[in-house]
Amino acid sequence: MSEMADRLRGLAVPPPGTAMADFAERAFDGGQAEAAYGRAPTPLGELTAVVTRRGLLTLLFEEQDQDGALQRVADKISPAIVESQAAVGFVREALDGYFRGSAFRIEMPLDRRLITLYQARILDFAYGIPPGEVRTYRQAAERAGNGRAARAAGRALAANPLPVVLPCHRVTASDGGLRGYAGGLERKRFLLEHEGFPR
Amino acid sequence: MSLPPFQRLMEEHVPGLRRFLTGMVGWDGSDDCLQETLLAALTAYPALRHGGNLRGWLFAIARRKAVDHLRRRAREGRTAPLPAEVGERMESPDWELWARVAALPEKQRTAVTLRFLADLPYAEVAEAAGTSEAAARQNVRAGLAALRKKMPAEDAGAGEAEGAR
Repeated sequence: MSEMADRLRGLAVPPPGTAMADFAERAFDGGQAEAAYGRAPTPLGELTAVVTRRGLLTLLFEEQDQDGALQRVADKISPAIVESQAAVGFVREALDGYFRGSAFRIEMPLDRRLITLYQARILDFAYGIPPGEVRTYRQAAERAGNGRAARAAGRALAANPLPVVLPCHRVTASDGGLRGYAGGLERKRFLLEHEGFPR
Repeated sequence: MSLPPFQRLMEEHVPGLRRFLTGMVGWDGSDDCLQETLLAALTAYPALRHGGNLRGWLFAIARRKAVDHLRRRAREGRTAPLPAEVGERMESPDWELWARVAALPEKQRTAVTLRFLADLPYAEVAEAAGTSEAAARQNVRAGLAALRKKMPAEDAGAGEAEGAR
């Protein structure tokens, strides 16, 4: 290897600064990026929010497979995805309100493209459950048209791409058990207690 | 067809792109070129038909943006600020070598910066530069020779090993 090649390889370039973050924000605002993701610190840990210009697309718990989830967004929506804290600011604000206790019904624009039709019926039912109360999987299944499909309802809730926001945690087993939660039962219990259940 | 999220591409290739663009247009202007490169790449990205050699594709866009930038600068009668003028921002004063790189003819500078600043293999140097691999090797050889000729003191005795590979 020549000395000149080594000297060229060793040349220093300007420090990167915030150029990448600035680019991501501009690309998302300008519409060249179809989706952006960023972090939202909460009492449940640091969540990753993926947003599009329509609204929040999905919310991930720390231990969920972030790379896999982003790849699914790339395949289903668009690979034009950037990381931008600014783009997810509205999600942080809404979650802050929820966890401060000022708004148990989280209202923010949602992008529902990762939700199936059946799932939408179940999740709409969950959204209608008043904070501080719970309903059963069977009731959810009944509302979706088939009361005997409690397991299917459970699966639809477990695969909720918008946990906390669409409150699948308000659906529990008919024996009073919490049953399951994508973010773990600890988090489900925390959310229900935070909302004042059981009274 | 599955493409990775664009952010992954940026994380992987932005450091190399910055080194390449700094070699092409100098310290001032390289970040503008980078932004233009990324914006053009992001806009075209979802319509790509295959995910093979994304690095070569990105660097080819970067080369076009650098050439546009240099032509615009020449048209406007501006010259690149001497690296010495921005040298105070640098921790290691490499500015003399930067100035020599900047003085190379465009083809040689393109090949040399792709090969050594961005560390691309010759096949990708060729793809990004839009030349044959043989021409890429020839341009690197000629560029290195020109750089050595201009710095006889520092590079005395260095062999031709790189050019011959």
